[in-house]
Amino acid sequence: MKKYILVLVALTACLTFAQAQTIKIATQSPLSGGSGALGEQIKLGAQLAVEEAQPRFQKLGFKLELAAYDDQANPDTGVANANRIINDADIIGVVGHYNSGVAIPSSEVYARVNLVMVSPANTNPRITDRNMPDVNRICGRDDVQGPAGAEFAVKELKAKKIFVIHDKTAYGQGLAENFKARAIELGASVPNNAFVGTEEKSNFIPLITQILAYKPDLIYFGGIYDQIGAFAKQLNERGIKTPIMGGDGLDSSDYVRLAGPAAAANTYYTTVAGPVSVFPKAKAFVDSFKVKTGKTAEGFAVYAYDCANVILSATEAAIKSSGGKAPTRDAVTKAVRAVKLDGLTGSIEFDGKGDIKVANYYVLKVDASGDWGKNAILKTVAVPAPKLPAK
Amino acid sequence: MLDSLLSLLPQILFEGLLLGFVYAMIALGYTMVYGVLELINFAHSEIFMIGAVAGVEIFRSLSNIIHNGYLLLLVAIVVGGLVSGLVAIAMERFAYRPLRRRGTTNRLVPLITAVGVSFVLQDLVRLIEALWHNEFFLRMASVSDLEGSVTVLGIFIQYKSIVVIVVSLAMLAGLNLLVNKTRLGTAIRTVAQDMDTARLMGINPDRVVSSTFFIGGSLGGVAGVLFALQYTTISPYSGFLPGIKAFTAAVLGGIGNIPGAMVGGLVLGELETLAGTYLPTLTNGTIGTEYKDIIAFLVLILLLLFRPQGLLGQIVKEKV
Repeated sequence: MKKYILVLVALTACLTFAQAQTIKIATQSPLSGGSGALGEQIKLGAQLAVEEAQPRFQKLGFKLELAAYDDQANPDTGVANANRIINDADIIGVVGHYNSGVAIPSSEVYARVNLVMVSPANTNPRITDRNMPDVNRICGRDDVQGPAGAEFAVKELKAKKIFVIHDKTAYGQGLAENFKARAIELGASVPNNAFVGTEEKSNFIPLITQILAYKPDLIYFGGIYDQIGAFAKQLNERGIKTPIMGGDGLDSSDYVRLAGPAAAANTYYTTVAGPVSVFPKAKAFVDSFKVKTGKTAEGFAVYAYDCANVILSATEAAIKSSGGKAPTRDAVTKAVRAVKLDGLTGSIEFDGKGDIKVANYYVLKVDASGDWGKNAILKTVAVPAPKLPAK
Repeated sequence: MLDSLLSLLPQILFEGLLLGFVYAMIALGYTMVYGVLELINFAHSEIFMIGAVAGVEIFRSLSNIIHNGYLLLLVAIVVGGLVSGLVAIAMERFAYRPLRRRGTTNRLVPLITAVGVSFVLQDLVRLIEALWHNEFFLRMASVSDLEGSVTVLGIFIQYKSIVVIVVSLAMLAGLNLLVNKTRLGTAIRTVAQDMDTARLMGINPDRVVSSTFFIGGSLGGVAGVLFALQYTTISPYSGFLPGIKAFTAAVLGGIGNIPGAMVGGLVLGELETLAGTYLPTLTNGTIGTEYKDIIAFLVLILLLLFRPQGLLGQIVKEKV
């Protein structure tokens, strides 16, 4: 009999526990495929934030969970996931994406139910220029990042003839066009036939032959590290020592693995996610990241952690203002715009269209040792988010 | 820029030749299987990719043990060819032979099976690599004695490029000997002409078909190793584009015709490299490098309009 009572007590305990309402934060980033290494950083960063907040939410009477989705860096998959996300009533916010080309169509789906999205990495201007109430980002924009890269290239690296390549995605092409426009303004030459797009991932020989003929001082590549890595390797093998420059798509240690340290060493990149070393407050985060996941945290993990915390603190505010009731998606979305958070990456506050008010942009050079953490920061600028273009 | 590009013409032709040999070796797999079974084995591009992945894994695991790059490459080629050949045999045994046994006469059925096998193999490799190394893009380890280079007549040539050409020439010559001079070759040609009559002559068609898949598959596997060596980055989906182009090459040369596949591969490799390099300059950037594939296919369409049997193919009379 005693046994039965025990079981009964245990069952009741389980039931009461299950009755605690569940709140979920979703992440959407590529967990498999070419940019899987970076997408995993985003997921793990958000996961750490959720794990840390779980005791706080338990006190408020909620069970907090992370729901990780793999968008495969593919717009179709991103949209399909987004549809699943909006149909899961427990999800009150999304951390993601990595690719702007995936984020733009997916965010249209979130907007249908006014579900908040906070992005750690999407830099295409259109993300926030659509002026949607639920879309936010805590990183910079390509219309600042591209020109910042151009200024560094022309003024510091003294590049006059530049060959520009892009990967034909919303991110890569947008970045390359912004770079090109500013570089030309500053007096560098980028003729039409030195501005090429390619989706090729293995055979870059026709491009490299054009570069041999054009003899540029600098090659700018708007794209993601998996593609640029193979390109840099083949360029180096053919004895071309022209430096390569790219955007935050290059910001992954996997670049060195694919290109090899020798080919990677001659690479500059701008990024919107500062390396972990520039955030003194991130020290504890980096240590617990290492312990919990066994991996080394890179910049985007810290940004994803902050994104998750933005949503979590907005959720807490929404719970409080509703007197302890479960927060609605509308309330959380509204509260995110009001968040003032002192995150690991700096102070986070959004402007009217969802851009972080002041974003940092970094110019780095890949270290010859191949250790991504040692990449030297050559320049840091803080730029306020551009206003919406007048219609 | 056009002047300096023109002065690079020998270089561009050489690069086209390299690519062409890789295409030719893959195209042979398509053409041989088509010759015997009249089946377009779309999963052949995955056989090629599996060879490339095997080569990368050999380089990764043995480069610390075997320090001579050429020896290492030899091991990689043998293993890559063997693995691909065996996968091709297994594919034939478990996917195509049961269909043949049932007497399926509809050509579309094995074709759809081939597409399905292709997907299965892609994701299988992706799964294995994810569990084994947690990597999607695999990089061929650099071996210093293959990376050296010489400049001949203004053409920048890496040692590994020479290896690619020598190995593919040897394989192509070997295949020609095998098909034309050996008993197995005679059997393959017999089965290609008429499977039922071949059976009456005491040839076991299943065994011949298996051998054909093995030979075609190992050629594809070796091509994969060479491709990985030359272009360094490989993913489970890397097989698709080279595969579809090699298929084009096989059609261009006349499908079912072995010298045709070689010629088709070389023509396609040259066309693609030339178009990719010159188009942006000639059109002032309006038509970019990315149109190189379209140009290659455009040429195929035009050629087929005027010579439906391909460059070297013959018009085959309907089998009675």
